[in-house]
Amino acid sequence: MGGNPAANHPVSFKWIMKAKERGAKMIVVDPRFTQSAAKADVYAQIRSGTDIAFLGGMIKYIIDNNLYFREYVVNYTDAPFLVNDDFKMPGELDGLFSGYDEKTRKYDKATWTFQLDEKGLPKRDNTLKDPRCVFQLLKKHYSRYTLDKVSAVTGTPKEKLIEVYKLYGSTGKPNRVGTELYAMGWTQHTVGTQNIRAMAIIQLLLGNIGMPGGGMNALRGESNVQGSTDYGLLFHILPGYNPTPTASLVNLQAYIDKFTPKTKEPRSVNWLSNRPKYITSYLKALYGDKATKSNDFCYSYLPKLDEGMNASWLNLFDSMYKGKFEGFFAWGQNPACSGANANKTRKALARLKWMVNVNLWENETSTFWKGPGMDPKEIQTEVFLLPCAASFEKEGSITNSSRLAQWRYKAVEPLGKAMPDAEIINELYFRVKRLYQKEGGKFPEPIIHLTWNYGEKDKDGKIKHIDIHAVAKEINGYYLEDIYDTKVTPPKLIGKEGELINGFPNLQADGTTSCGNWLYCGSYAHVDGKVVNKLAKRGKDDPTGLGLYPNWAWSWPLNRKIIYNRASVDQKGNPWDPNRPLLKWNPTKENPATGKPGMWEGDVPDGPAPPLADEKAGKLPFIMKPLGVASLFGPGLADGPFPEHYEPLECPLQENPFSKKHRINPTIKLFYSKEGGLPEDIFLSCDVRYPYVCSTYRVTEHWQTGVMTRHTPWLLELQPQVFVEISRELAAEKNIKNGDKVIVSSARGKIWAIANVTDRLKPIKVMNSTIHQVGLPYHYGWKFPVDGSGGDSANILTPTIGDPNTMIPESKAFMVNIEKA
Amino acid sequence: MDLSRRDFLKITGGTAIASTVGLAVEAREADASTTTLRTKGAKATTTICPYCSVGCSIIVHTKDGKVINTEGDPESPINEGTLCPKGASLYELANNPYRLKAPLYRAPGATEWKEVEWDWALDQIARRVKATRDKTFKATAISKIKEKGPDGKEVETEKEFVVNRCDGIAHVGSAAMDNEECYLMQKLLRSWGLVWIEHQARI
Repeated sequence: MGGNPAANHPVSFKWIMKAKERGAKMIVVDPRFTQSAAKADVYAQIRSGTDIAFLGGMIKYIIDNNLYFREYVVNYTDAPFLVNDDFKMPGELDGLFSGYDEKTRKYDKATWTFQLDEKGLPKRDNTLKDPRCVFQLLKKHYSRYTLDKVSAVTGTPKEKLIEVYKLYGSTGKPNRVGTELYAMGWTQHTVGTQNIRAMAIIQLLLGNIGMPGGGMNALRGESNVQGSTDYGLLFHILPGYNPTPTASLVNLQAYIDKFTPKTKEPRSVNWLSNRPKYITSYLKALYGDKATKSNDFCYSYLPKLDEGMNASWLNLFDSMYKGKFEGFFAWGQNPACSGANANKTRKALARLKWMVNVNLWENETSTFWKGPGMDPKEIQTEVFLLPCAASFEKEGSITNSSRLAQWRYKAVEPLGKAMPDAEIINELYFRVKRLYQKEGGKFPEPIIHLTWNYGEKDKDGKIKHIDIHAVAKEINGYYLEDIYDTKVTPPKLIGKEGELINGFPNLQADGTTSCGNWLYCGSYAHVDGKVVNKLAKRGKDDPTGLGLYPNWAWSWPLNRKIIYNRASVDQKGNPWDPNRPLLKWNPTKENPATGKPGMWEGDVPDGPAPPLADEKAGKLPFIMKPLGVASLFGPGLADGPFPEHYEPLECPLQENPFSKKHRINPTIKLFYSKEGGLPEDIFLSCDVRYPYVCSTYRVTEHWQTGVMTRHTPWLLELQPQVFVEISRELAAEKNIKNGDKVIVSSARGKIWAIANVTDRLKPIKVMNSTIHQVGLPYHYGWKFPVDGSGGDSANILTPTIGDPNTMIPESKAFMVNIEKA
Repeated sequence: MDLSRRDFLKITGGTAIASTVGLAVEAREADASTTTLRTKGAKATTTICPYCSVGCSIIVHTKDGKVINTEGDPESPINEGTLCPKGASLYELANNPYRLKAPLYRAPGATEWKEVEWDWALDQIARRVKATRDKTFKATAISKIKEKGPDGKEVETEKEFVVNRCDGIAHVGSAAMDNEECYLMQKLLRSWGLVWIEHQARI
């Protein structure tokens, strides 16, 4: 659900087909009969934006039919924990959880807590019968998601729902496992995070997390969107998912106090208790010798967000539209086509004083001033368009959807005068720094003191060319002094000054180690006295037989292939499925690290501690969670501890069949409302002018906004222009023939597209009315092909609205009209 | 005969075995009768596909500094030599008539691009970064926070805090850069004081 790997991650589908050859069953739930659906054992059509209803019904089915994996659920999740008596759910409060404030559109989470015993640990009922335990609350919450209701909301026939629920629910046995592959079909909704959580709850109920062949798998959309996220190219995170500091965290200690979770659970590893080591080592990587204990390791050099400030995409372009930025870098991205509500973005670009666009081609962003509706003479934005090198014209690593970082090599010199991104960054670093050194300016210290030791310098002091290996080593981290383990006598040497660190367990919080990104610590390290770039490894051995290939490149963390893998074993450390052991505790084998008997075999375990049955040293499997168990109850989210169905911002229904008062997610930030807002941000729900549910998607032959693929003649020939898929029934109603040019319009704009009349879409029965769904790919733009024959971006149609947790725009469910051109 | 590639490999594999017992022509002779491969004598370099996130390995064949062929890397356990249409068209990213070959500049109100030198463009950008940063830099800013009052109740108050940030520049991209470049990028942007930093993961 929420993805179409056959079209968008085609080579991943090769392995799905292989699994099918071995007897696996594939279920596809999608508004459209996709290429993936064509190969599925079960296909269910669904109304776009109703995944939580669909999955809520599955949770109910699993619980009602006793299909859950009881031992896993009781021991490895929070199911037995008792919740605060004052916590209330949407069934009791007409669509809301307790603590909602209408004015701020936010929840006060005071009641979203556990009842604690005298030790400060959650009270629990391992029989799962206490009406206040998480399991019973989950059961109660989803008791409202009956087959009739779910079918009426999603449009999926009841018998199809049962078929899917029964088949997927069958993976709740120790020797069966199910996996979920999702993509933007789940994230691009105003309930995106909760879509994923709903499925995560199912995976936990069925014991499918941490298992080989299980998990929640995000099929990420870019070759290195995983890596660039790991490296904190987002407003809210620094590298390694350390949160961006906020204003009230006035010093490093305050930052550490806020972001280092504490636990009273003795069996919890609580891995993030290591946060002080990671943030301090990061600051040491940035500021080297300048970062000392006495100056708080230069913590004041890091820019701070105001409390509550959200600098994410939609807000960024909203601020730009309102003239709040002078300068803008669009570096390897084409926001004029890629973001929701593209017309607003394009207008926003015209309010900049200057813009830098780095790309392989001229594109709709670089050349926005020549775009539709623009008068270049009126636009005062200065634009610098810089040509960068292609992926095979430089050297470095990228991280795929499985956290696998692979090295790639330089095959040829960059085309023409194009430069690798690293070299452009190096030039700008040096030139801005030189200006501050010569002329002074506002707070120059963070710029002047930044470490930049990446190779030989020229006579002006500029690094001639970035040695990418030096960068990779800085990321991995160094021992800055000889480090000893003082817990043993005599103290044992862990690492020598100047050596590369062999893994993040050896990082220190006192400034004696540096590390640019703790997740990648150990990727470029000393192994048996030699420096090894593990990202470049090409070993093909597969000792577990599960396809883990531990010596092909390197995965974070610590080359662990399946995270939470200690949940794949029972409390004694034996695999749930003895025929497919991912991990197994061998009580007699001597552990070379401790010199004592007992060690894990198989994948790199989630920590060396013995299994849970060891009363003294046993640890719970969910090492990143302070309580050591997985969360069925998720109080961390903005919109509720359990997923609840809300309608998309624009939908065909007047009210939410689950709760009359709250049609849409009550916590989303509305850019446009009765009280006001920009006309650009208008939305129209249940409006006769825009009667069809629409979704954007991708085709195999194009990628993202199509800048790379539209300029690739072979691919453009295969998919030359924007099309809109419509059902035969809708086509007949509108007198549209296959191949006709049509106008697709929403409250925000319109584009032309070629009608693709197809059986892949069918009218769907929702709340007793017939709903038509349509869809179109978003890869096109006015700039290329130059004759305009490709059409323009489908994002001209999409609304300015985001998920309350992530602010990812809702591009998968909005309302349009279609007319013959 | 209608042969799939797999069948073809089976048959040729079979031929090689047969030849050892003298029942068929030497495998070498069969090789010699085929056309010389374009990649003969070319340098082979491995890369990872720049498109989706599966991480397929691709071999790039080069001769005289030019890419002459790209194909799936059979060694990779991820793709075992196979590629989708996008990955298979990598050759055209190297040999592409539309790619930018030099920096371009568009002045305020101009109707066309002007080709410029790197040195000039980079200096100009550095000047603008500094000017905007100096103009819009905030050493402190007011935030609303909750504090415990004398009666123990939490009250919302406004307080001024050190923020040391540049509010006048935003940055988006790039999820297609290498990890090491991403690291350098975030390092540079944060040293300038930027917080409006976003990329493809958000959309």
